[in-house]
Order: sequence, then structure tokens, then C-alpha cells
Amino acid sequence: MTDTVSAAQSNPDAPQPFGELGLKPDEYERIREILGRRPTSSELAMYSVMWSEHCSYKSSKVHLRQFGEKAPKTDALLVGIGENAGVVDIGDGWAVTFKVESHNHPSYVEPYQGAATGVGGIVRDIISMGARPLAVMDPLRFGPLDAPDTRRVLPGIVSGIGGYGNCLGLPNIGGEVVFDSTYLGNPLVNALCVGSMRHEDIHLASAKGVGNLVVLYGARTGGDGIGGVSVLASETFDADGPAKRPSVQVGDPFMEKLLIEATLEVLHAGLVEGIQDLGGAGISCATSELASNGDGGMHVWLDRVLLRDQTLSPEEILMSESQERMCAIVTPEKLDEFMALIKKWDVEAVVIGEVNASGRLTVDWHGEQIVDVPPRSVAHDGPVYERPYHRPSWQDALQADSPDSLPRPTDGEQLRATLLDLIGAPNLASKSWITDQYDRYVLGNTVLAQPEDAGMIRVDEITGRGVAISTDCNGRYAKLDPYNGAKLALAESYRNVSVAGAKPLAVTNCLNFGSPEDPEVMWQFSEACRGLADGCLELGVPVTGGNVSFYNQTGDTAILPTPVVGVLAVIDDVDKRTPMAWSAPGQIVYVLGDTRDEFAGSEWAHHVHGHLGGIPPVVDLQRERVLSEVMVAASISGIVAAAHDISDGGIAITLTEMAMKSGIGVKVSVPSDLDPFVFCFAESTGRAIAVVTSAHEAAFVASCAAAGLPATRLGEAGGDAVEIVGQFSASISELRLSHEATIPAIFAS
Amino acid sequence: MSARIGVVTFPGTLDDRDAARAVRIAGGEPVELWHGDDDIKGVDAVILPGGFSYGDYLRCGAISRFAPVMNSIIDGAKGGLPVLGICNGFQILVESHLLPGALMRNESRHFICRDQKLRIENADSMWTRDYFKNQEIVVPLKNGEGNYFADPATLDMLEGEGRVVARYLDVNPNGSARDIAGIRNERGNVVGLMPHPEHAVEALTGPTTEGLPFFTSVLTALVSA
Repeated sequence: MTDTVSAAQSNPDAPQPFGELGLKPDEYERIREILGRRPTSSELAMYSVMWSEHCSYKSSKVHLRQFGEKAPKTDALLVGIGENAGVVDIGDGWAVTFKVESHNHPSYVEPYQGAATGVGGIVRDIISMGARPLAVMDPLRFGPLDAPDTRRVLPGIVSGIGGYGNCLGLPNIGGEVVFDSTYLGNPLVNALCVGSMRHEDIHLASAKGVGNLVVLYGARTGGDGIGGVSVLASETFDADGPAKRPSVQVGDPFMEKLLIEATLEVLHAGLVEGIQDLGGAGISCATSELASNGDGGMHVWLDRVLLRDQTLSPEEILMSESQERMCAIVTPEKLDEFMALIKKWDVEAVVIGEVNASGRLTVDWHGEQIVDVPPRSVAHDGPVYERPYHRPSWQDALQADSPDSLPRPTDGEQLRATLLDLIGAPNLASKSWITDQYDRYVLGNTVLAQPEDAGMIRVDEITGRGVAISTDCNGRYAKLDPYNGAKLALAESYRNVSVAGAKPLAVTNCLNFGSPEDPEVMWQFSEACRGLADGCLELGVPVTGGNVSFYNQTGDTAILPTPVVGVLAVIDDVDKRTPMAWSAPGQIVYVLGDTRDEFAGSEWAHHVHGHLGGIPPVVDLQRERVLSEVMVAASISGIVAAAHDISDGGIAITLTEMAMKSGIGVKVSVPSDLDPFVFCFAESTGRAIAVVTSAHEAAFVASCAAAGLPATRLGEAGGDAVEIVGQFSASISELRLSHEATIPAIFAS
Repeated sequence: MSARIGVVTFPGTLDDRDAARAVRIAGGEPVELWHGDDDIKGVDAVILPGGFSYGDYLRCGAISRFAPVMNSIIDGAKGGLPVLGICNGFQILVESHLLPGALMRNESRHFICRDQKLRIENADSMWTRDYFKNQEIVVPLKNGEGNYFADPATLDMLEGEGRVVARYLDVNPNGSARDIAGIRNERGNVVGLMPHPEHAVEALTGPTTEGLPFFTSVLTALVSA
């Protein structure tokens, strides 16, 4: 029997399963206070999903506020934090929206569908701002490459991302693939989407205008993903077994493609007043957020929702996370035209509600009222926790355990062996087996894609205006020092777009952490937020939005703190981009920045010694800013032929990647003030390799000098080997052999 | 007046904008055609672009083959209208029986995207006459079901009549019989191709610009016809 508002009033003490739905006793009490009675079962369902960690950000909110409070002053931000995705002005009347989200837990349970629907969800966030999606990227993290569970999840996740994204027609232009034992049992599947629109096409999620209609369109509502939000994403996996692992949503990329085209047509035809995608918490989320952001009142006839499964209860319909659905606010006069355009794309649509002036969100089920709530209390005024946090007791010991005493290669032959080993290490090995399963060409605007430093997309085919994006995070650095680790992630991402010739404009983030109920994890989280907010202020790039994923831990073992940072940058003419590799013998190779004896958290310490300890590389954001300005200016004036960021693995890895990409070798000398091992493998930040032709060498060196950026001539491109003069030489073919064998050896069978 | 080349959009078509761009760069005028219209607007040639029409449900191309627009295209093709099917378009041509054989799941069972070397084996079709025979080109390839199959007699017939238009070189990416990347009909107006020449028409975005002659070929053919 359906639980109605009148039943809740007449039977106020009926016991309710709030605990099973993930609500704490005090949260349940607060719902009773807000309503002045017990909630109906439908209301309880709505509150439980909307007040879950995943939807309400209840543990993270107090820390995320810094991104707004410390936001640098900028004219570039058109829509800030709080909407489906932030919107940035890139000039000429173009706006770009981008965001990264996690789909970690579903992808562990069901790798293919979990990863596929992660792509689908982030793409709908972008469409619902009024933008045409341009590209996707996927930062991924797995347990050890050779672990049995990695063999289970990685191929499925990669197929899911490819299967959905390829069928949707969005190029996949970058991302990351990182292996670390802490991600075993908690793989991270983050998905980023970027889209573009004209300024006048920006749309927001609000239900305004009394009498306007609420239209649900797209796929029919089914039983998939019910409770996914509150249970799946908000509770730690119990080491003992699958107590709470209900169904993962199932994606249909074909429907999503139709949804993109249909949505963009109705938006461009001016038929939509407000729009919201349906993701986590489904109809509960869409209706309450639309009402809360709008005039505050909405009535919904829930029995009008088109169903795949006629036996679904109203509670299940409210909570269902069926994919490929959207909700639009349409005026009655434009409804027919709206419906006709949606139908053109063979998509189903139905009016499920109406905007009113009641200030309440009310829902009827076959003539009986089952929901009567203040929408803001569901969507925006959820619980806020000041979770306790403290610096872990082991942090000092971890930082004191420096890598300085680890045995180092002592001669050229050992350096050579180290390079051949590292270039094939799982984190540095070629990811082609993975990225070759993604379409990077569709839409015909991909200017740069993996393995380049940044993905770059042409936005305007006439002017060549475009955007570049990179996502980065070294979780080992963040474990050693979460505050500076977050800044280092920002610095790397900022550097990656800059060396490609694009000017950084804005930041998105996906903050992946363990359980917020563990004060030591909460400290990592608070430090990372503080570091990222401070870093963004210092670099003058605002955070436009992002996502938090907690409970990435199995038992007591949390993942490395992994604040993935995505930086969006603009380039006036993509024709001026700087590729990562030299293109002809004789081109001259410079290193920019300072190289120091910094190995804590490095790929060398990790791969060769299994060591993690010490203080991570110094982060100098002023240096990063200067490097960025020099590289962007050099790209515009055309005096730099190629450039590549120096990060994981150090200079030897950077030069090797450039040589493998171009097929032309390089011969460099170790600067006299540096130890050969430090020169080859240290991971000091604020550095890049820059390549110039002899015609532009003087101008480039002068531009570095004028900016106070150290530039050291290392040698020239040429030959068919990476040669460090006086130390060793390794042929491109043997380097490729090591680089390309690692991943296929595990999966290509 | 430049030739008008129709580019069909089915539900789930993805590379229609790319095909239209390639036509424009080649000097033609792209004309949008909609799957639900049987009117092909008097175009001089038609491109069936890549994608996942109808989500590849049932079988790649099997549903699109019955779209109203296909009736006009099939009739036109039989009368000599130049038709190029790329990837999903090739699958639709095979399902329409305008070309023989079938396209199966890649041997690796994975979708694959790579810069693929090809040899143009037949430079007489309406879509390849701006190449020379045995010219080697590199264009993107991206498919999950590009494994060309036909019985030995059909393959011998295609080879014997010079109807293999392009063949994979160095790597056979999907297990296709006899490394076949593309074929033509007897008359040479209908060509099906698994790789994507429309993604290799600009130095900025493609691995090469060696896909462009597919699009200039048909313009040349139409002028000389």
C-alpha cells in the first residue's frame, strides 16, 4: 500500500527503515522536524538519497567553501561553482564548460557499466549547461598491474569507457593511467567532459515561471541503480563481503547520442526555460534542485513517468538512477514545438509536473499526495558535518624516511639499465593498449591527444580558437604532504597545458579519498583542499566545480589521497600549438628550470625500491607561472618548435618519450653542476624540455632570460638513440621494446 | 557550380560533420540528408558516414538499411549514383546488398583506433581515381566490427575483377580476409571502406591529408561524366 501524506499524519509513529537507507538517527530526526511529522516512505527515499554523502557533500562542504572564498578575481568565469558545471569565457563570444566526476564504486562492482555510465553522467552535466560536448578524458587508477583483480577490472573499465564514448561520438583526448597497490579493491574511474557554446546559449538548472511545465524525456525509468547513490557510493566496502551492493546502472550510449542532439536542438530553438540532467538520485534530485533553484514550488504527477517496469513503486521511481534521462522546464505555449523536436529524434517525452508558487515540492501518485516538502531542505540544506580531523600519527615518520639512503646507479651502464627499466614501469609504460580502444578522431577537431602533454580541441573552425586540458595527480606526493601534493597536482596540470601553448584559465577537480569518518583521512582531505585553494589563488585560476569521492578504502586501508586536478586553457589559434616532440635532426634541446636532488615520491623510488617516504619536490608556483608565460608567448611568436613537461621519471624519461614519439634520437650532455643520476631521474617541478631551431635559438634564450627563467642548452636532436654524453646510449628501438611490452603482456592475450 | 554531395544522418551517426567538412575542403557542396526522408534532394553523390547508427543494435547497419532514405539511395546506386560508405556506412552498404560480404567483430574483440597504412589497389572507381594504383597512404582507422568476410569464391571474384579498392599494409587491424580494407561494385560507383579518409583531410587534425583524394575523386568523376 502506498504511504501518503495523510497516512503519515494519521499514523505518526510507524517505524521507518531510515538506517537501512543510510540515514543516521539525528538526520532522521531533522527530517521529522522539517516536516513537522514523520516523512512518508517516498519522502524518506528522497531525503536519504539527497542527503547521502555523494549528493549532499555533507562531509566536504565546510572545506570546499575555500574554493569560492579564495577564488582569484577573474572576468573569465561566467558561471561558477554550484551549477552542473562551471562556464568559462574563452573569447570571441565562446564559452566553455568542463567538469570531472568520479564513478569509482560502481566501476569496481561492474567495471563495464560502471565506467560507461560515468562517461554518460558527465556528458549530461555538460549538455545541461547548453553546451555541445567536445571531448572526454579519463583519469584512471588501478591496483598493481599484475594483480588478479586488476585483470578483472581494467579491461572492463576500458571497454566501458570506449564502448560508451565511441558510440556517443566524443573523442577521448587524454587522461591518466596509474597503478598503485592502494587502489587494489578501490580503482578510481574519473571522467571529464568539456563542451562549448555561444555565451547566449548558457542554460541553468532552475524552474522559474508559474504555470511552466516539467518535462521528463529520454530513456524510460527502470529499476536500475536504485539506492545506488546512498548505499553504493557512501559506505565503505566491507572487507567481509557484499552486504550492500545493489544494482549498478546500465548505460545506452545510443540513447545518450539522441539525447545530445535532441537537447541541443530544443535549446537552440529557444524552447527551454531551465534544464537539469538526471544522474545520482534521479527524479528526486532533478525535481528538488530545479524547484529549489527556481521559484520554489513544483507539483509532480509521478504516475505519468514512463516506465520500463510497470511494477515499480513510487519510492523506487523517485530513487531510480536509470540513465539517459533529462528534465526540462518548458512554457505551455512552446510545449508542442518542444515535443515535436524531441520526437524527431525518436526520443520519448512526457509532462510530469508544473511550476507553481506554493513554495513546496508536492508529488501525487494516482491522486494521492505522497510528497510535500520544502524543496530547499532536500536539495541544498542537507546536513553539514564538521568531521574531526588530525594529522596522522605516522606522518612525521613517513616524512623522515627520506629516499636519500636508497642505493643509486653509479655508472653509465647502471644509468642505462635504470632508464630501460623505468620506461617500461607500469606507470611510465605505453598506454596504447588502452587508448587505442578510444576514438580520438571523431568530430574532426582533435589537435592534440594522448600521449601529448595536454589534449587540445579546436572550438572555432574559422578562427582556430581552441582549448587544451590536462588532468594530473601524483597520489604519492599527496600522501607525503597533502597540502603541497594538491599544489603539485595543480602545478603539473597547469604546466602541461602551458607547454602545449595554451593559457590556463580555470580548474576542475575530482577529490578521491578514503573514509571521512577516519580523522586521518579527513586531515588529508582538508589539507588537500587548502593546498588546492591556495594554489589556485596564487596562480590566478579559479576552481569552477568538481566532485568529491569518499569511502575509497577497503577495511582500514585508504587509497593514496588523490586530488585529481584538471586545468582548462585557451589558445587563440590551435595552428600555433606546441607539439611534444622535435621534428628534425639538428633541433636544439634546452631544459628550463632548476634540477635538484629530489626523489621523495618519485617513480624511481617507487618502481625500483618500492619506497615511499620523505618530503615531495618543492612546489614553486611563481616559477610555474613564469614558465607558463614564456611557453605561451613562445608558441604565439613561433620561436619554439616543441616542448614537453618534465614530471614522473625525470629528464631521461621526458627525452625518451620525445624520441619515441618523433622517431629521431637525441644527444645531450649532463650540465657540469649536476650529478648524472640526479640529472636523469630527479622529479623537480617547474621544468620543461624546450626545442628550438637555430634560427630562433637566440630569441628564445633571450625571452627566458628576460623572464628570469633558467634555460640550459643540453644538446641536439639526431641519430636513433637517446645518448647521455659520457654516460650511456640506448637505441629508440630497445627503449620502445621496453615501453610497449608491459601493458600488452598482461592484457593482450 | 560545385557538385552537391549528400551526407546522410541516421540516429547514431557520428562522422557526418566530418564527412561534410571533407566534402567542403575538397571543393564540393555538402548537403544534409535525413534518414527519415526518402527525398535525396537531387544530390550528385552520397556519403554514408561512420558511427553507430541505431546503436549497432541487432547487427551493424541492419536497421539503417531499412530507413526511407536508403530506398532512394539503393535505387540511385543501381542507376550509377556515386555512393561512398565509410565504416558504419560500409556496413550499411553490405546489409543493403549493394556490396557483397559481411563485416564481423574484430579478431581482437576490441574496438581499435589507429593510424593505418593502406595500399590503394584500384584507382578506377569514382571515389579513388585521384589516387594512382598501388599508392600507399595513412588514414585513421577506428572500428569494433571491421573484420571483412566473404566466401572464397566471392573473394576470388573481387580480386579477379579488381574490385578490392584498398588493402591494409603492415598490420591487419581487424582480421579482414585477405587484408581487405575496402571494395567497390562492378560499375565502380559504389565503394565501401572501413578506414576513415574524412579524418585525414587537414594537417592540423589528421595524421596526414592523404584521405582527401577520396573526396576530390568523386568531384573529378562527376565533371568528366
